Amino acid sequence: MNADFTAEELKFQKEVQDFLKAEFPQDIKHKVDNGIRLEKDDFVRWQKILNKRGWVAPNWPEEYGGTGWTPTQKYIFAMEMGLYGAMEPVAFGVKMVAPVIYSYGNEEQKKRFLPDILESNVWWCQGYSEPNAGSDLASLKTTAVREGDHYVVNGTKTWTTLGQYADWIFCLVRTDSTAKKQEGISFLLIDMKTPGIKVSPIYLLDDEPEVNEVHFDNVRVPVENLIGEENQGWTYAKVLLTHERTNIAQVPNSKLKLRKLRDLAARTSDGFGGSLLNNPVFARKLAEVEIQVLALEYAELRTLAAVSVGKAPGPESSILKVVGTEATQFIDELYMEVAAYHSLAHVPAQFTEGFDGERVGQGSLANSANVYFNNRKKSIYGGSNEIQKNIISKAVLGL
Amino acid sequence: MDFSYSDEQQMLQDSVQKFVYSQYEFDTRRKIIKSEQGYSTEYWSLFAELGWLTVPFKEEDGGFGGSAVDLMVVMEEFGKGMVIEPFLATAVISGGLISELGNAEQKQTMLAAIMDGSLQLATAYAEADSRYNLASVGSSAQKQGDTYVINGSKVLVLNGPCADKLLVVARTSGDKFDRSGLSVFVVDAKADGVSSLAYTAVDGHRAAEVHFNNVVVSAQDLLGEEGNALIALETVVDRAALAVSAEAVGAMDCLLKKTVEYAKTRKQFGVAIGTFQALQHRMSEMFIECQLARSIVIMAAMKLDTDASSAEKAKAVAAAKARVGRAMRKVGQESVQLHGGIAVTDELDVGHYFKRVTTIENLFGNTDYQLARFASL
Repeated sequence: MNADFTAEELKFQKEVQDFLKAEFPQDIKHKVDNGIRLEKDDFVRWQKILNKRGWVAPNWPEEYGGTGWTPTQKYIFAMEMGLYGAMEPVAFGVKMVAPVIYSYGNEEQKKRFLPDILESNVWWCQGYSEPNAGSDLASLKTTAVREGDHYVVNGTKTWTTLGQYADWIFCLVRTDSTAKKQEGISFLLIDMKTPGIKVSPIYLLDDEPEVNEVHFDNVRVPVENLIGEENQGWTYAKVLLTHERTNIAQVPNSKLKLRKLRDLAARTSDGFGGSLLNNPVFARKLAEVEIQVLALEYAELRTLAAVSVGKAPGPESSILKVVGTEATQFIDELYMEVAAYHSLAHVPAQFTEGFDGERVGQGSLANSANVYFNNRKKSIYGGSNEIQKNIISKAVLGL
Repeated sequence: MDFSYSDEQQMLQDSVQKFVYSQYEFDTRRKIIKSEQGYSTEYWSLFAELGWLTVPFKEEDGGFGGSAVDLMVVMEEFGKGMVIEPFLATAVISGGLISELGNAEQKQTMLAAIMDGSLQLATAYAEADSRYNLASVGSSAQKQGDTYVINGSKVLVLNGPCADKLLVVARTSGDKFDRSGLSVFVVDAKADGVSSLAYTAVDGHRAAEVHFNNVVVSAQDLLGEEGNALIALETVVDRAALAVSAEAVGAMDCLLKKTVEYAKTRKQFGVAIGTFQALQHRMSEMFIECQLARSIVIMAAMKLDTDASSAEKAKAVAAAKARVGRAMRKVGQESVQLHGGIAVTDELDVGHYFKRVTTIENLFGNTDYQLARFASL
């Protein structure tokens, strides 16, 4: 057994660190460090910088623009990015739709879509969930009816994250209503500018329009936008979900947040002349979550090691989703506990770029209740944690 | 032993319940929050008319009686509607301080004005680094002849933006953490040297950070004896902690009820999600939390209405706030999780109850603070 990095791996780590220091834009870092809301342009700009270096899509096959890294290198890269506060490329294109396109799309589709995903010329969003198809995704009802060389799409998709920015949406649509529910679903790419599409914002608990409902009213989609075969979409989507679960443990991000939290707690008064970090109850809670993240990190490393010898990430990756999201949510609770009543002001304007008024509360901690509220989504999205536990019971434990 | 309400308490509950049910729908509340004032002056007058503003006060002060159980009855119903009107800030906390500390004239003028709905108050006690220690006060009031000069900054001044007058806790002697040397002053919200930064909190209530820069008040504006305000402040803040704990009991009952209803109607995999045993047990646990929260709040309210020692009373409130805090965390999070995505949206009321109970956790001593306090008493 050995979890040490080799000399080459250490060299690679240094290379990533140097790259981040030199290339991650200072203004974006300022925003990340201070909890200021990131705009579309921030993501696009950063991804173009990453792409210049060829580092947008470590998980893609090399022939389409992947890095050809070993699993350890991918781990190092994700860790250094997370610890530095650099955003991952927006997942909808790079991690969600692209693997389906290069795995099941035809040559023309690959040429048409993949380069623009790498270069972040096209912003993708996801059209999976529907108002009545959440955990039971396969019961989705949005229909696509073939008419000549078009599909006519009708229905409503929901929880479409950042759909307001999107140029294209990838959708699961029902092409056969007579088949068993998983068997009548197809994977369709739709240009958001097509007539008949309406995007309506959904405001979350922090009052931000982060997700949307997307309505399709007789939307005509060329048949060449179908990925793979008609009625095989569910199979493709399941593959996509395993890609979505890579990095879902969010270990680098949690480590960064814990480091900052420790620092904040040391500077926060306990009200009696000491610091909160020296409060044994708080210190214990902090230690518990640090240990949890450490165990999670090694659980993730073991999964990576298995993948590196050719095993597919199995249903065990559900562990990473459950524990990873619960750990980040618990860290959010601790931020709120450090902030105490300083977390309660709701002043979103002071977390936007260019705000120059008087600030309520204390720095980024002032947003900690809103962050806590917003991140309750983590145990719900991507297959709720209850669904992950169903997967473990059925696929791992054979119950 | 008898845990039933008296006839008066039953009538009080019925009257608040009826108001919340018929006049405080979620959309009405949303409009009130978005209004300039941040609360409904019309409803405030109604509260006065119905006598609810007299509930926190003793009969000798012209009130309904001032029992903690009465207060609990009102607050629980307010919790069900997430009532936004500044009952807590004006009547319970500020009114409570005046009742504890004020002289006959101060009581007569201000308490009467609170009860008839014509006076809005806010109490400025917490500071940026005081956390939940009420004795940690850096703001000062320097005696100069017949006046005092107040300097310092206060945070989380509930109802600050709407208050006509502020009750300011300032140090007239001693060092920052000393238990003696604290005094309370009545300061006009528009007095020279008072500036404030108003905001809406995550739960929709209005609050402010208030700065006092050489604010001059007269000796008549001192509430109670100079340097002796801490015991009264502790008593009043404990009463507020009990009040919001009762409010949380009402809010959690709504969360449980809404979650169970949703589980019965929301269908996935062809059946109502409430048929899944894994989820049934989680709702059973929510129910257990709600029952324990209700029980310990009743315990604390009854204790406050006895002539037990102040330490015993403080310990009862600490127990209630700590235990309700644990329940709020669990019931709030589970309500959201069991509803799924819809409950992290602004459009459903569930998320707003979750935000209110989270706010309550952070007010008047959070769970860890109250646990430590209980252990030390």
